[in-house]
Amino acid sequence: MNDLFILMKAEMAVTAIIFLLLFIKVGKGMKNEALLPLIQTLLLVNFIAGFFFNKPGHLFGDMYHTEQGTVLLKNILSLAVYLISLVCAGWLKRTPHLAEFFLLMLSALLGMFLMISSGNLLIFYLALELSSIPVAAMANFDLDKKRSSEGAMKMILSSAFSSGILLFGISLIYGTTGTINFASLPAQLDGSALQVLAFIFLFAAFAFKLSVVPFHLWTADVYEGSPIATTSFLSVVSKGAIAFVLLIVLYHVFRPMYETWIILLMGLSIITMVVGNLFAMRQQNIKRFLAYSSIAQVGFILAAMINGGPAGFAAVAYFILVYTFSNLAAFGVAAVIASQTGKENVDDYKGLYQTNPFLTWIMALALFSLAGIPPTAGFFGKLFLLTAAGEEAAYWFITIAALNMIISLYYYLRVVRAMFIDKNENPLPPVKTGPAEKLGLIICGAGIVLAGMLSWVYDYIYQMIK
Amino acid sequence: MQPGLYHILFISAALFFIGVYGFFTRRNLITLLMSIELILNSVNLNFIAFNKYLWPGRMDGLFFTLFIIAIAAAEAAVAIAIIINLYRSHQSIDVNDAEELKY
Repeated sequence: MNDLFILMKAEMAVTAIIFLLLFIKVGKGMKNEALLPLIQTLLLVNFIAGFFFNKPGHLFGDMYHTEQGTVLLKNILSLAVYLISLVCAGWLKRTPHLAEFFLLMLSALLGMFLMISSGNLLIFYLALELSSIPVAAMANFDLDKKRSSEGAMKMILSSAFSSGILLFGISLIYGTTGTINFASLPAQLDGSALQVLAFIFLFAAFAFKLSVVPFHLWTADVYEGSPIATTSFLSVVSKGAIAFVLLIVLYHVFRPMYETWIILLMGLSIITMVVGNLFAMRQQNIKRFLAYSSIAQVGFILAAMINGGPAGFAAVAYFILVYTFSNLAAFGVAAVIASQTGKENVDDYKGLYQTNPFLTWIMALALFSLAGIPPTAGFFGKLFLLTAAGEEAAYWFITIAALNMIISLYYYLRVVRAMFIDKNENPLPPVKTGPAEKLGLIICGAGIVLAGMLSWVYDYIYQMIK
Repeated sequence: MQPGLYHILFISAALFFIGVYGFFTRRNLITLLMSIELILNSVNLNFIAFNKYLWPGRMDGLFFTLFIIAIAAAEAAVAIAIIINLYRSHQSIDVNDAEELKY
C-alpha cells in the first residue's frame, strides 16, 4: 500500500492539484490575480518534488511501471507545464475560466504521465485519450472567436480518427499474439504480414499525434486557431510526451520488427523535414510559422529514433528538453506581444529591436536555438540527434538531414532580420512584460544557453536512461 | 452454417473501411462523428471475435471493448460540445463553411 503512493507519486501529485483546483472552483472561487500565482507555485513544487523519493517498480500486475528513465521524462514535462504557466501569464490572467483551463491542462498532463508509465496496451489507450480529449476542449477556450472553434473541431476530429486507427491496429495485434502486455508482446511478434499491417496502423496513429508529414494537415490550423497557451502546450508537452511514448513502444515492444520500422522512420523523417521546411518558408502568421517549424523538428526526432539503443533515447530526451526551452521562449515572446497589441504577423515584428530590446533578444536566442546555431543548446541537441542517427543509418541520410538544417536557417533568420535590421517607420510600441512572464522568459533564455554549455546535463540524462 | 471467425472479421473490416470512406467524403460534422463511431464499433467486433474464437481463456479483448465504448461516449460528448459552439459562431455544421484557417 505504501508502495502505491511512492511509485505513483508523480500522478498523485498532479491529481492532488487537480482536486484542489476543483474545490476552489466549486467553492468560493478566487480572482485570477490570486489564483494564477497559487497555480504557478504548485506547479513549481510539483516539478521540484519530482526529483525526490523515486523508486523503480511495478504495480497492478505490470500495468504500471516506473524507473529512473520514466521519472526523468515526467520531470521534463512538469518543467514544461510550469514554464507555460509563466510565459503565457498575460493571456491566462484575462481568461474568465482560469481554473477550468488548468483543470484540463493538468488532466492532459496526468494522461501523459500514465502513458509514459504504461505497461499494457489498454492503459496506454486510456492514457492517450486522457491526454488528447482535454486538449481539444482547451483549443476551444476563446469561445467567441470563430478561429478557435474551427481549430478545436479539426483537433477533436483528427484525434478521434487517429485513435480509431490506433485501436484497429491494437485489435489486430491482440488477434495475432493473444496478449496486450508490453512485457510479453515481443516474444510473440514473428513479423507476419498481419502483424506488419497492425504495426503500420499503430504507427500511423502515432504519426497523426506527432504531426509527421502525410498526417500533419491538422497541425497548422489547430496551432493558429487555439489560444496561445494551448498552442504552446500542444507543441511542447503533447509532442514531447508522444515522442517519448513512441520511443518506448518502438524500443521495448516492437524490438523484433526493427527491420520494418527503421525503413518507415527513415522515409517519414526525410519527408517530414523537407515538407515542414518548405511550408515554413511562406508563413506570415507567427503561430503558423512555429507550427511548421515544429513539424520540421519532428523530422529530426524521428531520425534519431533509428538508433535502437540508449544513445538514441538520450538524444531525443535531451533534444525535447532543449526544444522545450527554445519553443516556449519563442511562444512566450509571441504571447506577450499578441496579448497586448493583438499582432501576430512576422511583418508586425519589423523594427521590434528599437522599442523592445529584451523581447527581441529572447526571440532571437530562441530562433537561433531552433535553427541549431553553435553557442546555443539547439546546436548540441541537433548534433546528438544526428550522431545517434549516424550510428545506424547511411551517410546520405545524414547529409539530407544536415542540408535541411541549412534550409531552415533561411526562415528562422528571416524573422531575426525583420526584428533587427528591417526599417519600419512606426514599429510596435514598447510592450509591458509582467514579472511572471519576465521570469519565464529568463528561465527559458538561461536554459537555451546553459543546457548547451554545461556538459553534465546530457551526461545526467544519459545516465538516467541507461 | 455456423458463422466463423472469418465472417466476423470480414464484416468488421468492411465496417472499418466504410467508416474511413465516410470520414473522408462526408461534409456534415455529425455524419463525421457517426463515421468515427463505425470505426470504433468495427474494432469492438474485432476484439470480441478474437476473444471468442482464438483466445477464449484471456479476457483482455472483452475488457478492451468495454473501455472503448465508455471512451467513445466521452469523446462524442466533447466533440458535440465543440460542434454546438461551432454552430453558434458559424451558423452551420458543414465542414466547408469553417474556412477561416487556410494554408
